[in-house]
This record gives sequence, C-alpha cells and structure tokens, in this order.
Amino acid sequence: MTAMQIIFLITAVVTLFAAFRTVTTPNLIHAALWLILALAGVAVFYALLNANFFAVIQVVVYIGAIAILMVFAIMLTRREMRDRGKQTSGRWWWAAILGAVFFAGVTWMIEAVALPSQPTAAVPASSIADLGKALVNPNGYVIPFEVASVLLLAALIGAVFVAWTRHNS
Amino acid sequence: MGLLSHPITLVADWLRNLFLGWGLSQGLTTVLLYLIAAIVVASLANAWVIFLIWFERKIVGRMQDRIGPNRVGPYGLLQPFADLIKIITKEIIFPDKADKPLYVIAPLLMDAAIVAIWAVIPLVPMVGMDFNVAALYTIAVGAFATLGIILAGWSSNNKFALVSAFRTVAQMISYEVPTVLALLVPVLLAGTMSLQGIVEAQHVWYIVLAPLAFVIYFIASVAEVGRTPFDLLEAESEIVAGFHIEYSGMLFATFYVGDFLHAFTIGMLGAVLFLGGWRGPGAEAYPLLGLIYLWIKAFVVYFIGVWVRGTLPRLRIDQMMNFCWKFLTPLALILLVEAAVVDRLLLGFTPWGRGLVHLAINVFIGALVIAYARAYDNRRKRERPLAAKPGQYPVAHPPQPAAAEAQSD
Repeated sequence: MTAMQIIFLITAVVTLFAAFRTVTTPNLIHAALWLILALAGVAVFYALLNANFFAVIQVVVYIGAIAILMVFAIMLTRREMRDRGKQTSGRWWWAAILGAVFFAGVTWMIEAVALPSQPTAAVPASSIADLGKALVNPNGYVIPFEVASVLLLAALIGAVFVAWTRHNS
Repeated sequence: MGLLSHPITLVADWLRNLFLGWGLSQGLTTVLLYLIAAIVVASLANAWVIFLIWFERKIVGRMQDRIGPNRVGPYGLLQPFADLIKIITKEIIFPDKADKPLYVIAPLLMDAAIVAIWAVIPLVPMVGMDFNVAALYTIAVGAFATLGIILAGWSSNNKFALVSAFRTVAQMISYEVPTVLALLVPVLLAGTMSLQGIVEAQHVWYIVLAPLAFVIYFIASVAEVGRTPFDLLEAESEIVAGFHIEYSGMLFATFYVGDFLHAFTIGMLGAVLFLGGWRGPGAEAYPLLGLIYLWIKAFVVYFIGVWVRGTLPRLRIDQMMNFCWKFLTPLALILLVEAAVVDRLLLGFTPWGRGLVHLAINVFIGALVIAYARAYDNRRKRERPLAAKPGQYPVAHPPQPAAAEAQSD
C-alpha cells in the first residue's frame, strides 16, 4: 500500500463519517460543521487527483461561501440556535428509498461502464491555462460560460432588489 | 551544490537518504519529508511571533509617547518570554454551557489557517511549494480563519462574543472582495497564479506597475486582520473584547498569536505580490540572501501596518462598510480592467517601458479618485455644516444659538 492510498483511505473514512454525522446530529450548527468537514474531505480527493484548481475552488466556494452562509442562516433564524426538536418529518422513509435507489443506480452505472484502469492521457502539470482557454473558446464552453454569467448577474440583481429598503412605500 | 547556495535542498536530500536507508518506501519518505517541512515552517512562523509581539508593543508605545516593555532583559526583549510563561501556567476556563470541542477547535483553526498560507509563500528561489493556484489558495484558506471566528463566538455561549463574531465575519467577507480584486492585478500582470511565478515575473516590482492595487490590497488586508482602524470586532466600549472574550490561558494566546502572525503574513504576501518577493542583488546565486530580502520587505509592509495601528482611531461600522463597497470595490474593478487592457496594448514593450506607462495611468486614476473624494467630502460638509468643521470636534446635534453663546462666554 502506497502513501497515497493510506491518505486516500483516511480521507475517505473521515469524509463518510462527517457526511453521516451531518444527517444524524441533532444540533443544526453541528450539522453545518460536519458538512464543512465532509466538503473539505472532497477537496482533499481533488488534490489527490492532481486537480489543484478544483480542490481550491471547492474550498473557496463550498466552505468559504456556501457553508459560512449556512452557518449564518442557522444562527440568524432559529431562536438562540438551541433548537433540538425532531429531526425527521413523517415522510423520512421516502427520502430513504430515494437515496437507496439513487445509490443503487450510481453503483450500477459505475459497474456497467468499463472504466480504464490507467489514465488514458498524461495529466498535464498545469491545466489551468487549458481550462481558461476552453472556457472562452467558441468551439469549447463559451456559451455555457456566458449563460452561467448572465444567470449569476440576474441572481445578483435579484438579491439587491429583495434587500432594497423601500423608503416610500 | 554547497551549503551556502542550496542549504534546504542539502538537508532535504540528507533526510531523504536517511529515511530510504532505514528501508522506508519512496512514497512514505516523501510524505514524511513534507510533514517535517510543514512542522518546521509552522513552528518557526509561530516562534517568530514572539519577536513581533515585543516589536509591536515597543513601536506602538513609542508612537503613543510611552516607553513600552523595558523591565525584562535588555530593552525589554525578554518580556514576551515572561508573558509566555505566565500564560502557559494560567487555567483554561470553559464557560457554562459552552460547546467544549468547538471552543477548543476554534483558536486552533484560526491559527492553522494563517500558517497554511506560509505553505505557498516562495521564501527563497526554487524552494517551497510551486503551487499553480497559490494566489487563489491564499484566499481559500482564509475561509477557515473566518470559520474559526464564528465558532469561537458561537461556542462561547456569550452574547457579546456572538455579536462580535457576526461583525467580524461581515467585515472579513466584505473586505475579501477588494482583496481578491487587488490580488488579481499582479496575477494578471504576471500571467500566472503561482506565487513563485509572480515573483519571477517581477523584473520591475509590481508596486511600480500597480501602486493603487497595492494600496487597496494593503487596506483591505488590514481590515481582514481586523486591526485598528478596523478593529470593530473588539470594540472594548461596546462588546468588551470581541469573539475571544471568554477565552483564557493558552487558548486565548493562540488567538493572540494568530492575530500577530496574520498581520505579518499579509505583509509577506504583499511583499511577494508587489515588492518582488525574494528578488534582490545576488539572490539567485545565494538563495538565503533572497530569504533576507523577503523578510526585510515583509517587515516594511508589516511596519506600515503597525504605524497605522498606532496612529489612527477606530472607524464606525457604516463608514467601514461604505468605504469597502462604494469606494474600494469599484476602484479595484477599474484597476483590474485597466491592468488587463493596458497590458494587452503594451505587449511588445520593455519591462521598464511597460512599468512606466502603467505607473502614469495609475497616477492619473489616483488623481481622479482623490479629486472625487474631495468633492464628495465638500458636498457632505455643505449638507451637514456643523458635523465636520476643521479643528472642531464633530457633534451629533447642532447646539442651539443660546447654548452656543453661553459656551462662548
């Protein structure tokens, strides 16, 4: 077993355990923090796969923005953040069935597709430049990129509109 | 390969051969070497704070017409050690109903997030992680510092701590925007996100090419550290001491150390991004010389921070937020566009020619901004004439004429 594999196994165990605790812990803040640990674990996987850019973006977007926003939302809503009511609604078993079906589907898909055991192409040392060029290349991903930009702009304007204080009305 | 030219490589090779000699595998040896390097860098960075604490207390003391530490050792140099021994012997108190694990993790998380930045700083030529997204990484690990502060405020089970944590996070997230935008300017000029690459590209220091970006970066990072004049998070008069109000002993010391280390680290990042990092005469032949250059430059930026801290009073929260969103952020956006467009037009120029054109445009933008700020200030003075007459203490309510006469008698 190489050092890489040991790191992978440790990270996998930590990530899975954190994900499990996210849905089982009764305290909402703790759930958000376990979620952060799980997301950090995913970032480590990206780093192990030599996808440095995605590892860093994972931390910036999911931990730096989304998770902190979640913590904030929890802190600002429920009273004193000490809400320890029931965690599950009456229809939790629907979610359980859906989860099981989804997991089975993903497993079947991975089994069905013949994945190469070796990387088909050498991993480039610095792939950010290629990524950037692909994003603005007309033959590449320029349309999805622009659509995403417009969507984000619309979200931004919407957020400003919702948060705007109307002095007159 | 002599001891002077490649000391770190020499030690690393010796250790590698030692571990391989013990029969460890190649992969395990690499992991062990990384681990040792990480521990050494983290320890040295935290130990360096001992000196910084003495330095800052002394300098701020002098600026405020005090002597500063002068009892223990020559010039009070041993004062931090005395404080250290004292704080180690102190009891760590857990508040009632505090969330114990989080209460302990919070300071560690904050300190670790700052030390993590050191992993990508090119201390000397050719040594250090040459990480191709290092500039982005320095922003990413900052998220963990923010998280540490939220955790500290929340887990203390103290309203003041929680209010302070909210303030801090609002401040850190807001000021992250101009920091990132200002940081993008050197990235754009160098054409790489690797800090080593940015240093190597600085034939002319980027403070010449982008002086305004440097100023924005400096102000925004001081605000992110939460030092005066942006120290609303520990406004003693309102929220007593901020998010670390309940902390004592070594847990408090960890916050304290993290604060100083953060201040020096942003100085170091500023030096790497704008002041040429390890660049200097003879640095490529003798890498250790590069380390000294970097240290001096980082210290200069750090010193300016201490200077500002010792000089300026605290801002109000609305002033701070307005300054960030209505001034720094638009200016940083303009500078980013300027850097992109002008640099493209100057593709064939020599480094100095390119630098001077950038400098001229920056000076022009700076003059416009100052003129705009003056006009804004004058308009405000016309609207609220009593609020800010020169030499007069600002008052919230204009005094009645009779009262004013009575005062003038």
